[in-house]
Amino acid sequence: MRKELVATCVAAVSLMGTGIAYGNEELLKLSQDPKDWVMATGNYANTRYSKLDQINASNVGKLQVAWTFSTGVLRGHEGGPLIIGNMMYVHAPFPNTVYALDLANENKIVWKYEPKQDPNVIPVMCCDTVNRGVAYGDGKIFLHQADTTLVALDAKTGKVVWSVKNGDPSKGSTGTSAPMVIKDKVLIGISGGEFGVQAHVTAYDIKTGKQVWRAYSEGPDDQILVDPEKTTDLGKPVGKDSSLKTWQGDQWKIGGGATWGWISYDPELNLVYYGSGNPSTWNPKQRPGDNKWSMTIWARNPDNGMAKWVYQMTPHDEWDYDGINEMILTDQSINGAARKLLTHFDRNGLGYTLDRATGELLVAEKYDPKVNWTSGVDMNKSSPTYGRPKVLDQYSTDKQGEDHNVKGICPAALGSKDEQPAAYSPETQLFYVPTNHVCMDYEPFKVSYTAGQPYVGATLSMYPPPGETNMGNFIAWDGKTGKIVWSNKEQFSVWSGALATGGGVVFYGTLEGYLKAVDAKTGKELYKFKTPSGIIGNVTTYEQGGRQYVAILSGVGGWAGIGLAAGLTDPTAGLGAVGGYAALSNYTALGGTLTVFALPQ
Amino acid sequence: MRKIWIGVVAVAVAASASVVAADTTDPKAVKSDNGKYLDKDGNPTFNVAADGTVDWYTYSGYRRYHSECHVCHGPDGMGSTYAPALKDTLKTMDYADFLNVVATGRKNVSSSQDNVMPAFGDNKNVVCYLDDIYVYLRARANDAVGRARPAKHEDKIPAIEKAENSCMGNK
Repeated sequence: MRKELVATCVAAVSLMGTGIAYGNEELLKLSQDPKDWVMATGNYANTRYSKLDQINASNVGKLQVAWTFSTGVLRGHEGGPLIIGNMMYVHAPFPNTVYALDLANENKIVWKYEPKQDPNVIPVMCCDTVNRGVAYGDGKIFLHQADTTLVALDAKTGKVVWSVKNGDPSKGSTGTSAPMVIKDKVLIGISGGEFGVQAHVTAYDIKTGKQVWRAYSEGPDDQILVDPEKTTDLGKPVGKDSSLKTWQGDQWKIGGGATWGWISYDPELNLVYYGSGNPSTWNPKQRPGDNKWSMTIWARNPDNGMAKWVYQMTPHDEWDYDGINEMILTDQSINGAARKLLTHFDRNGLGYTLDRATGELLVAEKYDPKVNWTSGVDMNKSSPTYGRPKVLDQYSTDKQGEDHNVKGICPAALGSKDEQPAAYSPETQLFYVPTNHVCMDYEPFKVSYTAGQPYVGATLSMYPPPGETNMGNFIAWDGKTGKIVWSNKEQFSVWSGALATGGGVVFYGTLEGYLKAVDAKTGKELYKFKTPSGIIGNVTTYEQGGRQYVAILSGVGGWAGIGLAAGLTDPTAGLGAVGGYAALSNYTALGGTLTVFALPQ
Repeated sequence: MRKIWIGVVAVAVAASASVVAADTTDPKAVKSDNGKYLDKDGNPTFNVAADGTVDWYTYSGYRRYHSECHVCHGPDGMGSTYAPALKDTLKTMDYADFLNVVATGRKNVSSSQDNVMPAFGDNKNVVCYLDDIYVYLRARANDAVGRARPAKHEDKIPAIEKAENSCMGNK
């Protein structure tokens, strides 16, 4: 079977020949029209930037709620709607309802899709039944359901065109991420890093749902789709069995490396980019080795899945710094030379900038000054540890060993940033990054693996950095130099995807429920409005009938809702959580609503 | 700090004892069996010494809870947007019910909620530590331990280690 598949891939590649590789032409064209928002990430580059400028820094203070829509679901609402012409597609967490609304006709519901799913999948979804959105392409809406069913719906009617099972929830695989349409394929990852899933990214044929390729995060070369000679790691071939050599025995089979983040794509280089997550279990002692290719930035050919280059950010993870966060593609000049860049804000607290054509590491700097587990990444190309982070012994949960509580590690397991995507404005050449400002104690211990059961193996408690009263920051970051340009304190972790616009305004949501607008240059707050529930969704903008709208899904939940609902654990006080320990449940409650803003007419 | 806190807890326990007596059995430890404390009905319970030292099971339960349970039920049994606060649930749920729910799971699915707890019956990381987790949560429900990691605990005696290894299948 495997051989057959490889043969098919080779044939496909040769058919492509040397012709110019296009994305999905329809999608490329649509994504260049700022009136629409055709993919969860805004565009293939994942910049979450819109040229729309009707709402700008001088008038955003007058913003008003134009209309609202309840999803009817209480759980955490991540992601955001798609807008294509007059249609808006709104998704919800489990049971994964999708609504098609007619924006030209009083936002009437044109169709509704609600799959029947076995509720037994709910508890397998570590940290809430979230879903990060749908994809559009070829007249269809694609949804990755909680039970891992990837379903294609007719965009006009909501009727199922095809559906395919992407994993096995009884073994711990679940669906939370948004699919990405590239050329004639739908790409989708999988969740289950806390259940010992051997995670993968899979490409399905857009017309039929037939699997075209599947690339695992760890395993033999023919499963992870690397070429020992041609796939490079920091400029050098990865060599044979690059993954297998870094695991003990068969541990890679339950190795994790989940792929539930966002996918980006460069049509000119014909490469897709995504991050693989933490190795399973959280107890590093139980899985000696670098555990490749967990915690890795991947660049793959979307036609056959073959990896062009890899870079492992956190070899042998010891803190659950799940490397799935988005890869943002920009074209900027470094030292006077135009570069095709990839910038990534990792859970481990480092902001990376790489050359996305070659995988060359250019910048790796802390984007929260409190990050303390590493003294930095070795940038010396001739060093044997080139590209590796230097781990401080006192924060190494592996060095300290099982049954030892390592204190004061920053960031916490939820990372300096989680899945909530950052935005990039080509005008300011700055990244706008929603961050967590939380540290932890972490104690690993021995666990046994049972299929379909949590496979964690560490106890952790979280709290704000010593002396700090805020659990989050919203920052502007220069990816060329690796420096914070400005930073706004937020009481809670910022768990909402940002939006940058041509109006010089940046939008984001807060866990208390505020939609905020700030000046792109200075970070000055220009507007805020408290929506019905805490925001873990991503801000979207579109134009309809000559008016610019800003849309946000609120509905508190997710890991933020679990970790912060009752407030963080204050190790020094038993009574009354205040400041950095405040309980989110005192500020907001459950409920999914889309709130749409516009300027007064 | 610790002393003040213990004082508060002692008052709270004394005040609540007469109120909740109808619903739950007295959590007071009356005997100890190889490091495990038992109440008058023979059910596992916590034991917190005057200086704040907790029994091994409370401490172990703290660790196991924060590995297996907190990703849904929130830190320190405080609950989350996703699952109920077990420090409250254990005020009324008895030992037998607790074992049953953890082993077989539970479902509350309706149009307005979709709470589902999995069955942990074949998960050694949970089953081998059922009493530990129960004792810790019982201590939380009775305000006998606070939100933070217990600062001091009794030693893990060889009998506990032996039982653990045998259950987990460790050599």
